[in-house]
Amino acid sequence: MTEIVDPLVMNLTVFVLAIFIGYHVVWNVTPALHTPLMAVTNAVSGIIIVGAMLAAKPQEMDIGTILGLVAVTLAAINVFGGFLVTQRMLSMFKKKGK
Amino acid sequence: MSANSVSLAYLVAAVLFILTLKGLSSPTTARRGNMFGMIGMAIAVLTTLSVTHNWQYILIAIAVGGGIGALVARRIEMTAMPELVAAMHSLVGLAAVLVAMAAFNNPVAYGIALPGELLHGSNRIELFIGTFVGAITFTGSIFAFGKLSGKLSGRPLRFVGQHWLNLALGIAMLAFGIAFFLEPSWTPFLIMTAIALLLGVLLIMPIGGADMPVVVSMLNSYSGWAAAGIGFTLNNNMLIIAGSLVGSSGAILSYIMCKAMNRAFFNVILGGFGGEAAVASEDDGVQKTHRSGSADDAAFLMGNADSVIIVPGYGLAVARAQHAINEMSKALTEKGVKVRYAIHPVAGRMPGHMNVLLAEAEVPYEQVVEMDEINNEFADTDVVLVIGANDVVNPAAKNDKSSPIYGMPILDVYKARTVLVVKRSMATGYAGLDNDLFYMDKTMMVFGDAKKVVEDVIKALA
Repeated sequence: MTEIVDPLVMNLTVFVLAIFIGYHVVWNVTPALHTPLMAVTNAVSGIIIVGAMLAAKPQEMDIGTILGLVAVTLAAINVFGGFLVTQRMLSMFKKKGK
Repeated sequence: MSANSVSLAYLVAAVLFILTLKGLSSPTTARRGNMFGMIGMAIAVLTTLSVTHNWQYILIAIAVGGGIGALVARRIEMTAMPELVAAMHSLVGLAAVLVAMAAFNNPVAYGIALPGELLHGSNRIELFIGTFVGAITFTGSIFAFGKLSGKLSGRPLRFVGQHWLNLALGIAMLAFGIAFFLEPSWTPFLIMTAIALLLGVLLIMPIGGADMPVVVSMLNSYSGWAAAGIGFTLNNNMLIIAGSLVGSSGAILSYIMCKAMNRAFFNVILGGFGGEAAVASEDDGVQKTHRSGSADDAAFLMGNADSVIIVPGYGLAVARAQHAINEMSKALTEKGVKVRYAIHPVAGRMPGHMNVLLAEAEVPYEQVVEMDEINNEFADTDVVLVIGANDVVNPAAKNDKSSPIYGMPILDVYKARTVLVVKRSMATGYAGLDNDLFYMDKTMMVFGDAKKVVEDVIKALA
């Protein structure tokens, strides 16, 4: 077998395995923390910032790089907003007497 | 950095994201988990920055977006979390659409095509999927944001042939997607995107305010799939992994919410519930009587009990009585009363919302118990205080087969020895149903504003 596997197949492999991991990890999240879960997944989906940065990458500016920069800004709102609001919420969950 | 080391750094980030979600299995590990997430994101961003040219502009964009995000995170009120989350979903959706457009504009920059070459066939399909999921997430979330923040009416908007229109638009979108696959040019791409944007609005429009917890969870899921779709286009495994984690998380939350409301997911999507209050048809002509008492009576009953369970609903947060209720439970605890809170999964306006609202009021989380864990204990409880909740304690869900909420899991409050219900009036809840719990012999109604009543109870306890 000397032919190269199509990247689509590799991507699909990673995709399916990641869904399995997600499924098992999320069922273990305590219901009390479902709102922080949603906030932190908001931040994690801000990972699209990487795609946006690659769009803004080329040296010569054109419509694509500008779209990329706008997307970077939007995704950065999610990343910072998501992680910080999660941190704020989690710091409220205290034990008795503390 | 070489392509290999970039990929390895991305792998580290992806593992850290998995650990982030894993940390949320308990409040003690959750903060460390969140820290892992931040580190993972920092690794991902810095690695990408090292292979980009326009890094100054990118840093400015990150600073602007990050500043806005940090400000919002600091300022937002916990009651407004559903709106915030919906708004953030829309940003991910829009970002996905923009990235897809940029990728189509210049595939060479992404290394997914050689100079002078057209986009590969499989890339076209992935681009199509990433774009339409992103576009639907974008406009759907804006609409959900409008409904949640009260800027738009929470009533379901329906018209004749709505589902057929959606189906037709869906087919049209697919047709332009195929056209784009056969001949990659801007025209089919933009038309397809426009249809998807329209579909986002049309899909959320018929869904009523009561079903919003499901919708928010569902859009959470979509935003993840959008990110994963872009990951396919860019052959970026980290994007695929992070997107799939978010996608499955949102899907599971949607499932949990549907189960808690006894609604089939498909019916929620088709919409129509939670607007026109279902006509309370079960008025059998018999004049039902209820017993009412004062805050002093309530204080006396609770002060002399061994155990009290508080059942908070969103009405508690509307009355801003969270802090007062914590003061009250502290006063009761000092008298030797065992106080706990029972949380129904749909007690707030999004999954886990009530837990956050109570945590904000500094209620210790050990006192806050989920429905499945506490339902067996109501029978051994002296006093249950229902405050701002209605449908989730309606025994009709268990014993009246004709009730619209029959089969919905409820808190078994009716089994307790004494039930106190704090309410403004005898009006019905979301589902528009009468609640037999209010007419039981062991139930005492305390009428008034939740905060005022709780404050009066505290005074009486002192």
